[in-house]
Amino acid sequence: MAAVENRILLKHADEDYYSPSIDSYLQYGGYETLKKALYEKPEDLREVVKESGLRGRGGAGFSCGVKWSLVDRKSGKPIYLICNCDESEPGTFKDRQLVHKDPHQLIEGMMISAFANDVELAFIYIREEMPLGAKILEKAVEEAREKGLVGENIQGSGYSCDIVVHRGAGAYICGEETGLIESLEGNRPYPRIKPPFFPAVLGLYRCPTIVNNVETLCNVVHIVKMGADEFAKIGRAGNTGTRIWCVSGMIQKPGYYEIEPMTMRELLYDLCGGPLPGRKLKACIPGGGSMKILRVDESFKDRDGREFSFDEIIVDYDGIMAAGSMSGSSGMMILDDSTDITEALANITAFYAHESCGQCTPCREGSLWSKKITARMCTGGAREEDVDLLYDMAGNIGGRTVCPMGYSITWPVQSYIDKFRDEIVANAKANSCGMKSYEERLIEK
Amino acid sequence: MILTPETLEKIETTIPKYPVKRSAVMTLLHFIQSEQGYISNEAVEWVAEKLEIQPINVLEVVTFFPYYRQEKLGKVHVRVCRTLSCALMGAYKLSDDLVKQLDCKMGHTKEDGSVTLEYAECLAACGTGPVVLVDEDLFEKLNQPGTVEPMVEVIKTRAQSEAAASE
Ligand SMILES: Cc1cc2nc3c(=O)[nH]c(=O)nc-3n(C[C@H](O)[C@H](O)[C@H](O)COP(=O)(O)O)c2cc1C
Ligand code: SF4
Ligand code: FES
Repeated sequence: MAAVENRILLKHADEDYYSPSIDSYLQYGGYETLKKALYEKPEDLREVVKESGLRGRGGAGFSCGVKWSLVDRKSGKPIYLICNCDESEPGTFKDRQLVHKDPHQLIEGMMISAFANDVELAFIYIREEMPLGAKILEKAVEEAREKGLVGENIQGSGYSCDIVVHRGAGAYICGEETGLIESLEGNRPYPRIKPPFFPAVLGLYRCPTIVNNVETLCNVVHIVKMGADEFAKIGRAGNTGTRIWCVSGMIQKPGYYEIEPMTMRELLYDLCGGPLPGRKLKACIPGGGSMKILRVDESFKDRDGREFSFDEIIVDYDGIMAAGSMSGSSGMMILDDSTDITEALANITAFYAHESCGQCTPCREGSLWSKKITARMCTGGAREEDVDLLYDMAGNIGGRTVCPMGYSITWPVQSYIDKFRDEIVANAKANSCGMKSYEERLIEK
Repeated sequence: MILTPETLEKIETTIPKYPVKRSAVMTLLHFIQSEQGYISNEAVEWVAEKLEIQPINVLEVVTFFPYYRQEKLGKVHVRVCRTLSCALMGAYKLSDDLVKQLDCKMGHTKEDGSVTLEYAECLAACGTGPVVLVDEDLFEKLNQPGTVEPMVEVIKTRAQSEAAASE
């Protein structure tokens, strides 16, 4: 049987009958879960979320319930909640759907999460390049406020919490939670060093702060609505619930697919229709531009030593981890046999060179070096030794920087070379890959 | 510095939303840039005074973020996504086409101030690439026949009407 989606978060999003207005949301039972939750004990709600096994959808896949349990509740300082809608990891476009098409689901999720964590002020940090999304959210917050679902004394419960929509200004690093917090404080978004600046203890204004991704917070509504046990039945152990995968690049039906764990074959063929006519799949970047690349003709070994193919990879946190990469932001980019790997790498390194905040020398300099070396492998002036130079240099970035972005250079560079060494060496040796045809080139000439 | 009463009102209602005044710096810069087209030195000082911080604190935000400009943006702001998924779908060919059709160099503002044409990094619409953001409007699947011309038309019309409006 062909694999199918299981739309929970996106249940109504693309239906003709539905709009982002509060009327649509209320008509389909919206805000009922919040109304009930207000009569529960916050600690019980936190327990439900922990029991559900929900993992963060923003990147690292950390348990949402555990994150909430780390919040310092004894400091006497206010606790803040921030919804991370910076969505800027290359290949990711799921939060856009949730915000544009069903904003009240996010607001309900935020209000339940805020109540569960004794939060009285919450923020949505939305990237500048989603101006329409910011307008939709502002309108939605206003609508919810008019109906007594956000703001003072919500539904007469005595609980108050407001939401502020805050717009970014075009910097990828504001997606990193401590960079985001700095930005929200009105500073340059230089990420903070951990320890001591774990947001749960020393976050916004040095107060305990929770930062969660849009999709994570939307899931909270459904967890509280159906209960932890029911939610945990969706997906598989350790990977509960659905995930919205964004598939883009060289594939017949790119798009966003809300699925339970399924195999790569099912996702890429049953749902996405397989490669373009006359082409063959070559590689897959499984979780946003930062993640290690996978070859489609590779074979992998799981912990018990069982071999499995690319097609058999289970598309979820643990399945992709078993293949040596990470599910990251669930942005999956597909390359086919027409793609020059060196150019693809040059495109990705140009992204990180542009987006390094510049605070740490290894990342600031290393990202630029990676960009320059890969560019000359495409346009001319490269040498065979460049491959090893690039590899070694990239190995000195990840783990030696303030924030995890260092790995966003190390991982792509080293994995592309590990897996496509011959191709990259040949390009370096020839002193350039000659660049693809005008239609297909991936970097500036 | 002269701002319209609407912008001033937006500024006054925004500041108290934040627990700390300084947090409003980005939002104020957004308001001012959308009214004036850029952030002047005068604006930097004005915002600093308003939020009771030093001008350098504002300037360091202005210079960090690609969106804030210290020189006037074109009347129409065109951003072509160049990141991998869009590039795979033909973003570079598209950008070369736009350079010709708009008669504007990449990364520049036309001399008459009508259009700014630039690359952008991933716009979170990779499934429908290549994509272009024209001011606040997203144009998608621009490798399909008949999609680029209407967008160019929008850009040109907007450039003209804005030019007429500001005369
Ligand atoms: C360089 C960098 C960029 C990131 N960008 C985003 C982003 O755009 N959106 C997001 O939700 N998380 C992003 N993250 C992850 C956040 O730091 C944070 O872990 C996440 O928002 C937590 O939410 P979750 O627990 O719900 O997943 C990024 C992390 C790093 C290191
Ligand atoms: S690793 Fe890079 S992005 Fe992160 S703080 Fe250092 S310089 Fe900035
Ligand atoms: S790569 Fe262009 S929108 Fe993501």
